[in-house]
Amino acid sequence: MIASARSPLIIVVHISVLLLVALWTLPTAGLLISSLRDKDQLAVSGWWTALSTSSQNLTGRAASPEAQVEKDGKFVIEGKLLEGDTAKISAFGVRPLQPSAFEAGKPADLGDGQTLTVNEDGSYQIVSPTKMEGTRGQRIFYTASVPPRFTLDNYREVLNAAGIGSSFINSLTVAIPSTIIPILVAAFCAYALAWMPFPGRAILIAVIVGLLVVPLQMSLIPLLKLYNGVGAFFGVPAKTYVGIWLAHMGFGLPLAVYLLRNYMAGLPREILESARVDGASDFDIFVKIILPLSFPALASFSIFQFLWTWNDLLVAMVFLGTGNDELVLTGRLVNLLGSRGGNWEILTASAFITIIVPLIVFFSLQRYLVRGLLSGSVKGG
Amino acid sequence: MQQLLFAIMTMVGGVLACAAYFFGTNWLLDRIFPSKGLTGAQASQNLRITNAIRPWLFMAPALFALAIYLVYPVFESVRLAFHDRSGQQFVGLSNFVWMFNDGEFRQSIFNNFLWLLVVPALSTFFGLVIAALTDRIWWGNIAKTLIFMPMAISFVGAAVIWKFVYDYRSEGSEQIGILNAIVVAFGGQPEAWMTIPFWNNFFLMVILIWIQTGFAMVILSAALRGIPEETIEAAVIDGANGMQIFFKIMVPQIWGTIAVVWTTITILVLKVFDIVLAMTNGQWQTQVLANLMFDWMFRGGGDFGRGASIAVVIMILVIPIMIWNIRNATKEMER
Repeated sequence: MIASARSPLIIVVHISVLLLVALWTLPTAGLLISSLRDKDQLAVSGWWTALSTSSQNLTGRAASPEAQVEKDGKFVIEGKLLEGDTAKISAFGVRPLQPSAFEAGKPADLGDGQTLTVNEDGSYQIVSPTKMEGTRGQRIFYTASVPPRFTLDNYREVLNAAGIGSSFINSLTVAIPSTIIPILVAAFCAYALAWMPFPGRAILIAVIVGLLVVPLQMSLIPLLKLYNGVGAFFGVPAKTYVGIWLAHMGFGLPLAVYLLRNYMAGLPREILESARVDGASDFDIFVKIILPLSFPALASFSIFQFLWTWNDLLVAMVFLGTGNDELVLTGRLVNLLGSRGGNWEILTASAFITIIVPLIVFFSLQRYLVRGLLSGSVKGG
Repeated sequence: MQQLLFAIMTMVGGVLACAAYFFGTNWLLDRIFPSKGLTGAQASQNLRITNAIRPWLFMAPALFALAIYLVYPVFESVRLAFHDRSGQQFVGLSNFVWMFNDGEFRQSIFNNFLWLLVVPALSTFFGLVIAALTDRIWWGNIAKTLIFMPMAISFVGAAVIWKFVYDYRSEGSEQIGILNAIVVAFGGQPEAWMTIPFWNNFFLMVILIWIQTGFAMVILSAALRGIPEETIEAAVIDGANGMQIFFKIMVPQIWGTIAVVWTTITILVLKVFDIVLAMTNGQWQTQVLANLMFDWMFRGGGDFGRGASIAVVIMILVIPIMIWNIRNATKEMER
C-alpha cells in the first residue's frame, strides 16, 4: 500500500476498475444472456433489453371458414392468437406490408361486408353477413408487445440437432488423454535435467527453451506428410485420435519439461542428498520424493495443457480432419459460423457450451493456473 | 460414448506403458550393472556406468517425441520450402519469389506487423494499469478474476462472442450488436465493422487484446508486488506523487518482466490463426500469415511448398525472440 491509496483519488480508481471490468465481462455476459432468450426475441432486440417487454411483428392465421357458426343471422369465426401467451397486441393488419394498419379492439373492414376485430388479449372475431367459403383461414399480421421470455430451448436444439453433443464428446476424447499422457514423460525428463549431472545438460535445456517458441505452423506440413506416410505403410487411416494425442503431447512437452524442471530445480537440495545418503537410487528418489512434492507444478501444467487442447482448433483440423463425425467443438463452432451465421440462438448456445468446460476449470483451479503462469514466465524468462 | 471409453482406456494404457518403460529399463539397468552387493572397483565402475546411462533412459521418451514433433519438422519445413507443391522437385527460391510478388502475402505481412505493433503493446499496457489499480482496492481480486477469465475461452469462442458485439443490421432496424446499438444511440450510422478494410484489423485485434490482458495483468501484478517496499517508502518521503512513483520507481524495476510479457504475447500474435479464420477467413484484407499458410496447405489439394515457405517466414520472425529467451534462461541457470 502506498500513500496515494488514502487520497480522494481512490474513488477514481474504483470507478475506472469498475469500467474496465464491465468492458471485459459484458461481451461474455451478452452471449450468455442471449443464449437463454427466446429466439424470436433474440433476433429483434438487443440482449441488454432482455428484461423489458419487446415489441414484435408476428403473423398468425385465423381458424378456417369451416369453424364458422351462425349467430343472429351473421356468420362468425372466433378464436385466439397467441395461445397460452401473455403478450399484448397493440395493432394488427391483413396485409404483410401493413402489419399495424388497425388499432387493437377496433373492427377492420375486410370487404364484402366482412369485419375483423383483434382484441388486446389476442382473441379475434370475423363477422360476415354471408356464409364464408374456402378452406384456409384469414392471415393476420399483428404487432405484439411480448414480455421477456427465457428458455433452454436453444440449448436443447443445439445439443440434438446442430451436432454439438457429439462434438462435445469428441473434444473430451481429444483433451483428456492429451493432458494426462505427457505428464509422466515430461516429469522423468525434467528430473533428469534438474538433478542428474551428465554432459550436455545445459545444451539440452537451451534447446528445450528454444523449442518453447517454435511456431506450430512449422510442424504441420511435415507431420501431415509423416502421418500420411505411416498411415499408408501400415494400411491404417492417417487421421486418428492416437495421432492427435501424440501430436498434442509433442507440442506440449517443451512447456511441460520447462515448467517441471524449473520447479524441481527449486526443491531443497538437502532432501535429495539425505535420501542419497540413505542409499536410495535416483529412481526411488524421483518416484517417492520428487513426484509427490511436484504436485503443484504438475497441476499447473495439466490445466494449461487441458485448456490448450480443449480450445485448440488448428491441430484438430489438421490431424483429425473436418468431417462431420470428427469435428471437435471449436471446429463445429467455426462451421456453424459459416452455415448458420445469422442464427444467433444457435451460435450463442453453441459457443456457451464450448466455453463452459474451460470456464469451470478456470474458476475452480485458478490458483494453480496463476502459479504456473508465474513460474513459466517470471522465473525463467 | 464409445470413443470416450476408448480414450480413457488408451489413456490408462498409455500411462501404464510409460510406467512400465521407466520401471523396466531402470530395473534392467540395475540388473546388468549391479552396484549393490559388490565391493571395490567393480562396484564403483558399475555405479559410474549406470549414472551415465540413467539420465538418458529418463529422458528418452521425451526427447524422442520432441525430435519427431518439433525438431524434425523444422528441418523438413525448411527443406520443403525449396521444393514444389508435392515436395518432390527442387525449385530453388521460386516459392519465395512467388511469395514476395503475391499481393495476398504482402497484405498478410503488413497485417501481421500491425498486429505485432498493437496487440502486445496494448495488452501489456492494460495489464499493467489494471494490475496497479486493482492492488489498491478491496475487491481487486474479484476484478482480476473477471478480467483474467477470457484467458480460458478459446479463440473461436471469443470470435463468436465478439461477432455478436459487432453484429450489423441495416439502418432503421433495431441493432442487436451492442457496438452498433451504441453508435446508433449517439446518432451515428450502423456499420458492418468487419468489412471496412484496414480498420477491421483493429476490430479483430481487440479480441486478442481482450484475451491476453488477463495474462499480462497476472504476471505484472506479481512483479509489482515483488518490488521492495523500501524503494517506494523512500520515494514517498522524498515527496513523489502517485504518478511519479508508478512511472519512475515501479515501472523501471519491472522492465524485465514487462519484456517477458511483451515477447510472450508477440509470439502468440505471430501464430494468430483461429480468430481470423472464424471472423473473416482473411476476407476484406484481414489476411494474416498463419491463416494464409493454412489456406495453402489445403487449397487446390494442398501446396506444401508454398505453405512451408510461409511457415519458414513465421519461424524467421520468431528466431530473435528465441535467441533472447535462450540467453536469459542460460543466465538464470548460471546464477
